[in-house]
Amino acid sequence: MSPEKDISRRDFLKTTGIAAGTLVGGGLIGGLVGYNMPGKGTATLEHGQHGTATEETGSPKAKMFFMNQRDFNILTNATERIFPEDDLGPGAKGLDVPYFIDHQLAGQYGSNSKEYMHGPFGEGAPTQGYQSRLTRAEIFKQGVQKLESEAQNRYKKSFNDLDGKQMDEILTAFQKGEVQMSGVTSALFFTLLRAATLEGAYSDPIYGGNRNMDGWRMKGFPGHQMTYITQIEDPKFQKIEPNSLGSH
Amino acid sequence: MATTLPSVDVVTVGVGWTGGIVAAECSKAGLKVVGLERGQKRGTEDFQAIHDEYRYAIRYDIMQNLSKETITFRNNRNMKALPMRQLGSFLLGEGLGGAGTHWNGMTYRFLPYDFQIKTLTDKHYGPNKLGPDYLLQDWGLTYDELEPYFDKFEKTTGISGDDKNPFSGKRSNPYPTGPMKMTPMLEKFEKAAKNLKLSPYMVPSANVSEVYKNPDGETINACQYCGFCERFGCEYGAKSSAEITVVPTALKTGNFDLRYNANVVEILKQGNKVTGVKYVDTVSGEEFIQPANVVVLTSYVFNNAKLLMVSKIGERYDPATGKGTLGRNYCYQILPGAVGFFDEQFNTFMGAGSLGVSLDDYNGDNFDHSDLDFIHGGNIALTQTGTRPIGSNPAPPDTPAWGPEFKKQSIYYYTRSFGIGAQGASMPHKENYLSLDSVYKDAYGLPLMQLTYNFTDQDRALHKYISARAADIMKEMGAKTVVPNAEITDYNIVPYQTTHNTGGTVMSLKPENGVVNNYLQHWDVENLFAVSAGSFAHNSGYNPTGTLGALAYRCAEGVVKYSKSGGSLV
Repeated sequence: MSPEKDISRRDFLKTTGIAAGTLVGGGLIGGLVGYNMPGKGTATLEHGQHGTATEETGSPKAKMFFMNQRDFNILTNATERIFPEDDLGPGAKGLDVPYFIDHQLAGQYGSNSKEYMHGPFGEGAPTQGYQSRLTRAEIFKQGVQKLESEAQNRYKKSFNDLDGKQMDEILTAFQKGEVQMSGVTSALFFTLLRAATLEGAYSDPIYGGNRNMDGWRMKGFPGHQMTYITQIEDPKFQKIEPNSLGSH
Repeated sequence: MATTLPSVDVVTVGVGWTGGIVAAECSKAGLKVVGLERGQKRGTEDFQAIHDEYRYAIRYDIMQNLSKETITFRNNRNMKALPMRQLGSFLLGEGLGGAGTHWNGMTYRFLPYDFQIKTLTDKHYGPNKLGPDYLLQDWGLTYDELEPYFDKFEKTTGISGDDKNPFSGKRSNPYPTGPMKMTPMLEKFEKAAKNLKLSPYMVPSANVSEVYKNPDGETINACQYCGFCERFGCEYGAKSSAEITVVPTALKTGNFDLRYNANVVEILKQGNKVTGVKYVDTVSGEEFIQPANVVVLTSYVFNNAKLLMVSKIGERYDPATGKGTLGRNYCYQILPGAVGFFDEQFNTFMGAGSLGVSLDDYNGDNFDHSDLDFIHGGNIALTQTGTRPIGSNPAPPDTPAWGPEFKKQSIYYYTRSFGIGAQGASMPHKENYLSLDSVYKDAYGLPLMQLTYNFTDQDRALHKYISARAADIMKEMGAKTVVPNAEITDYNIVPYQTTHNTGGTVMSLKPENGVVNNYLQHWDVENLFAVSAGSFAHNSGYNPTGTLGALAYRCAEGVVKYSKSGGSLV
């Protein structure tokens, strides 16, 4: 990186207040997220502020689908249990997976616009696949609220106030289809949640997840590379710094 | 009220591999051809941001939009068929090039045994090896008769390969380009296979190994091994597909009029001939009638069968009586194999759609089935197509599906695990067939195609046997853990398996057991042709496109011949 660019970024950090940790907006509910600047240390930010700049491009991060912070934090906590932070690197939260899912639910994915959604809707056999009349957006909305009511039923607490073991117990009940949902099984909701979590961890950062390509970095996937023709025959494993479509 | 357009010599319904080949050959022969493609124009210039797993491989950006049309599915006649609401088991294409744009490019020729499967199976094992419920039949053409067409398709596509397969039918020429590069993973497989006295060879590849100019003057570029082939288009023009070969060839003649967003809803028939097709412009909503001297159905398996059914051409198959040929002999493929877990790290993320080493020792009738309760087999291969991080999360058995252990294991094994896969042949069964759904409709008000399909005892026995052979090779490769694929029970339309659907509009030697003759000409309607993998009387243990391309050249020859002489070609 050129010194000029480095300075301008330092200025950017100063003006946005990220480095000083002063950027705290409204709705200060919820946990802390590790805020990784590319190639920099981790600054800690409160969760839930509006209009947070993500990188030097300055694209802000905010909810497009979920309407309140409690629901968004339930999504955050659930995805973090599915894909947790460990010594290999960040988990769902640190990778911005909840933002990825939120944004997907606000678009084509959430509205099932490329799927056949005409009735009549029958239950069908498992071999016949997804037969719900609900869109993914409707399933996630209901699912997140069900995670909360299940926490209240079992522990008289918000899902967000449970310890990890208790969250896992509830997620496992969803996975096994043991929680009653309307128009969809809890097992299908869990399947979608798990898949969306992995999609957010490993899709190109242009979609808002896989922050700083750390999902790819952990996995050893180099992302968008034009060619491997000179490396494909090499007997050694090739460690390649990842590249995003957005870096063009 | 539909607008009637000026008549042409030939109209093709769909412009992928088969439509492109028919259009190229007919327009070169001087016929005026209209190609009706219901999707959009699309080509190399549209694939510059193709290295996007989420958009293309997970959200299926270049696949069929099911909100407009899908199929319904049930495992057997006693079940209620329900719509396939999302793509899963197979990935239907849409747009110029069709499924041939997002293919991997493995380009095999079916075995000589395949084309005479009934005769040869009866000869080796007696007349009742599988029992009367299996509708085995010869194809109406032998391998040797089809050889020139295979040769032609390989030259058009510039297929890269070696000539080391001892089980291959006779070849008139070597592959047009040399084999793809050998990699450490593939070398390991090759060595293990040789140790086991098997006969490995490089997968014949349409991701070509060097810049190649085909006999029509079209150039295919050299593959860069970027790892984004299956489910993607190629940003280099290095994967042979209709839009970089036969379509430009047809357009160059000046005789080919290619129309997009043109969804055919009916084949028009008068007396014992067809007069053209009716289509909807999916952008304006206008209806058109395109009159033609010859109509060629060149869309995917399901749509070729559906158009014949909704246009009431031919007798629909009834499994209760065994009567009718339209919709009969639907086949798929089964996927035996074994996964290996290593401590050694491999460049699994690099690759090309048809970069691989395969063997046919357990394919076709290349091994003795006297003591086995199935026929045929499958090509066994290790391919290095480029694994991607969303889709590939391998973990040893008993690893939880989520949480800390899942994360750790799936990250560790992403570059330390791979599968040996086989493409298990699929035999026609009287209960596996295509029909019209009576409840669900497409965006144009037509019934959806209905698929009734389940795995059979033959499939289950084949799967178990071939999985064990794949596991043998994986053990010989030195994997620390080897997991053969789980035995199959009922067919499930949810997880991706393979886009190798076949049958329903079968080619045959006699009108009693097929829809088209061996020129792909309709048995009842002489100026109607239908060519797709639906023409296959069964599905072999290989990728279908090589054989499909050969049949498309055969069909094109038939259309040209018919346009000169008329009448039945057989």
